[in-house]
Amino acid sequence: MTTLPARPAAPTYDTPESDNYLIHDKGFLSWILTLDHKRIGVMYTVSVLLSFLVGGIFALLVRTELLTPGRTFIDADTFNHFFTLHGAVMVFLVIIPSIPAALGNFVLPIMLGAKDVAFPRLNLFSYHLWIAGAICTVVSLVMGSFDTGWTFYTPYSTTTSAGGVVPVIVGAFILGFSSIFTGMNFIVTIHKLRPPGMTWFRMPLFLWALYATALIQVLATPVLAITLALVAVERLANIGIFNPAMGGDPVLYQHFFWFYSHPAVYIMIVPAMGIISELIAVHSHRQIFGYRFIAFSSVAIAIFSFIVWGHHMFTSGQSPLMNTLFSAITYSVAIPSAVKIFNWICTLYKGSITLNTPMLYALAFIILFTIGGLTGLHLATLSTDVHLHDTYFVVAHFHYTMMGSALIAMVGGLHHWWPKITGRMYNDKLGMIACAIVFIGFNITFFTQFMLGSHGMPRRYYDYQPEFQTYHVISTIGSYIMAGGFVLTAMYLIQSLVSGKRAPANPWGGATLEWECTSPPPYYNFHEAPKVGEPYDFSNLQWDERGEGYVTVKPTEAKA
Amino acid sequence: MSAHASHGDHHGTQGHDDHGHGGGHGHHNAEYPFLAHHFETPAQQFDSAKLGMWLFLVTEVLFFGALFVGYAVLRSRFPDVFKYASAYLDTTMGAINTGVLILSSLTMAMGVYCAQTGRKTALIVCLWLTMAGAAGFMVIKYFEYTHKFHVHLVWGEGFYKPVTDDGGLQRAELSSTAVVPLTPAQTTMSSGAVSAQQAATPSFVQLPAGELTAIAPPAQGPAGMAPEVIDAKAAEHAADPSTHGHEALHLQDASMPPNTHLFFAIYYAMTGLHGIHVLIGMGVIGWLIVRASRGDFGPKYYTPVDLVGLYWHIVDLVWIFLFPLFYLID
Repeated sequence: MTTLPARPAAPTYDTPESDNYLIHDKGFLSWILTLDHKRIGVMYTVSVLLSFLVGGIFALLVRTELLTPGRTFIDADTFNHFFTLHGAVMVFLVIIPSIPAALGNFVLPIMLGAKDVAFPRLNLFSYHLWIAGAICTVVSLVMGSFDTGWTFYTPYSTTTSAGGVVPVIVGAFILGFSSIFTGMNFIVTIHKLRPPGMTWFRMPLFLWALYATALIQVLATPVLAITLALVAVERLANIGIFNPAMGGDPVLYQHFFWFYSHPAVYIMIVPAMGIISELIAVHSHRQIFGYRFIAFSSVAIAIFSFIVWGHHMFTSGQSPLMNTLFSAITYSVAIPSAVKIFNWICTLYKGSITLNTPMLYALAFIILFTIGGLTGLHLATLSTDVHLHDTYFVVAHFHYTMMGSALIAMVGGLHHWWPKITGRMYNDKLGMIACAIVFIGFNITFFTQFMLGSHGMPRRYYDYQPEFQTYHVISTIGSYIMAGGFVLTAMYLIQSLVSGKRAPANPWGGATLEWECTSPPPYYNFHEAPKVGEPYDFSNLQWDERGEGYVTVKPTEAKA
Repeated sequence: MSAHASHGDHHGTQGHDDHGHGGGHGHHNAEYPFLAHHFETPAQQFDSAKLGMWLFLVTEVLFFGALFVGYAVLRSRFPDVFKYASAYLDTTMGAINTGVLILSSLTMAMGVYCAQTGRKTALIVCLWLTMAGAAGFMVIKYFEYTHKFHVHLVWGEGFYKPVTDDGGLQRAELSSTAVVPLTPAQTTMSSGAVSAQQAATPSFVQLPAGELTAIAPPAQGPAGMAPEVIDAKAAEHAADPSTHGHEALHLQDASMPPNTHLFFAIYYAMTGLHGIHVLIGMGVIGWLIVRASRGDFGPKYYTPVDLVGLYWHIVDLVWIFLFPLFYLID
């Protein structure tokens, strides 16, 4: 490999592919034991998408059962297992690792201009922990699964006869450490591995978002870990700390659980917002509006996330004073969220928008997140929450934020970086069609549930009054449409791997560093030190017909 | 870590030693053989490792922090329980253990100094002394736990069981994670058995619903185990000759406040988790001894010693909080 020719720093679209991280080593072991952040990111992406398929199948089974009141095709007990599995798989195996661990791992060091994350071995260990957590979930399925809801509320979780509670708790514990180690790695990488010139305020906003996310991962997850450990011990040895029959306190469990799990929803949404900042700026080819506001609003959300957990417990017997405080603080989360929305819209304004698949996902995100965020205010309001608590309104709200926002951003980000990750272009027309199908299906599924909930349909119920049936049928049909959109997405993405066009280094005209290296990137990310510029200065980028990509037009490099 | 080695090899063969910003270094770097490929300087690598360790310690603090919150909630709800039950802990043993751990922290700090100044033999001695402190702590802890298992100062159900079944006790002695000694019918801890146990045992006091959520202690403790039940158990206990020498004194004490088992639940949870951390500490100190004997450490490279030192100090620090919170009440 020492004969590798010296490459020009910028456009390499006409250089034939000779070496990249995908073909650098061969064989199964070279993947599963790799220390390369890009390969780890790819493995995470594949694993997360497979889990998404599993969680999605459970969702479709649950929706199908709800087509009719009473039994449709599974019994009530199985139904409880299925919605629990849907929730647990989607939360712990899919959404939490989806952006930071999967896309973040791939993108973060390259965007930063580093050769790898600070602790490559710890990074690989995080992935192996993820695998171990997934295996625990499978073991739980074999041992009788679990029907506690993904929240594992005591005393039900310590007394249910479902046999798989302890394995899945062990799995969630392990996944928690996977998440903690990823967060630690990212914080240290961003602090210590920035190359010269990469100042904090030259960092792309996705990195700010990942940094804020990593703070939450490191600070909140240990509390979940010890809480789940206590539940497991409670179940195995009956220590009684959460058991009211033994003088313990189940509400203490809820405090512990939500002290993690509220920040956890920001582990899901903050990096999603980071992706959207990238997509909006790059695909409207315009300097991002309000860079510092977006950057600081990520950190502000991270801080707020730690002081709002009580809004999950308005009806759990919290004191009125606590309820009022938690309600007020919860409202204030709307401020940094709105700051982002307005800044994105201002970026779009007078931008030269390329309407392609990533951009369409970004627009879908803005609409869905706005609905999800504003309905959150209904739930933060004490008086309305008493009515809406534990109804489908809550289900609709968090699906708009977790799925309609976090996962849609993940899929949008996947389309944005797909050429970089795989070196192939996908069919953009099909991509836009699939995005539209998903968007329509999503809204049919979940907007209906706002109405179901406000009419009083409780969540997690197997049976319901006949007057709710129309809504349930519409919602289920919507879920089938959405599934169709995702199947189409999977088809054209797989097709692109087989016969997609070769991707240029910079297909979209991005100004962040990952677009300066080849697609796919070389094993060590950069053949030469990247020149760190402004992340959202698109003035030097020009479309080049020959390579069907963007090239940097600078006096010194124009000859390339 | 063959994968790591191969990573470095590729790096070397690829001729990337001079790539990157300001001259990257590979594993073949003669001056700094320990420098990983993605760091520019040893200082950057050391700073990264140190920041990572501090973040890990933050997670440790939060990990224990939740248990401290649990302790605070239980103690504020049942102040009399903590006052009463603390007397059953052996303050002398706890104090000795505190001293042992503090001394081991000192030897660890000296070890870091020796590594920084390149005194290999002194470093190995310090690490062995630290290891001895950790082992001494665990031995004392073992005797404390074993004694408590003998007299049924345990969590949950077992706390109220008179000492009758030596086989069950034997199991409890063998492992600190063993399930509380139970009657044979109860040894399978399926969830069904758990609920059956709860139904069958009148020992636990159910709080009125209102008090479950309030943090403030109840004005008056809820009614406990009826004195006649205790007397009956004590009589049964006294009649059993096998209990000689292992007196479950708390069962004969009519003044024992209800829910005293919760003190031991949180005691075992917190000291048990701390004990696991001491064991992990012994593992990594052992790893340091191996590496120090190999001569890996010196003024240029002592990162692992430094980081393990930080870990060991936080383990020590947690105990310094646990000792007064459990042993020195009243």
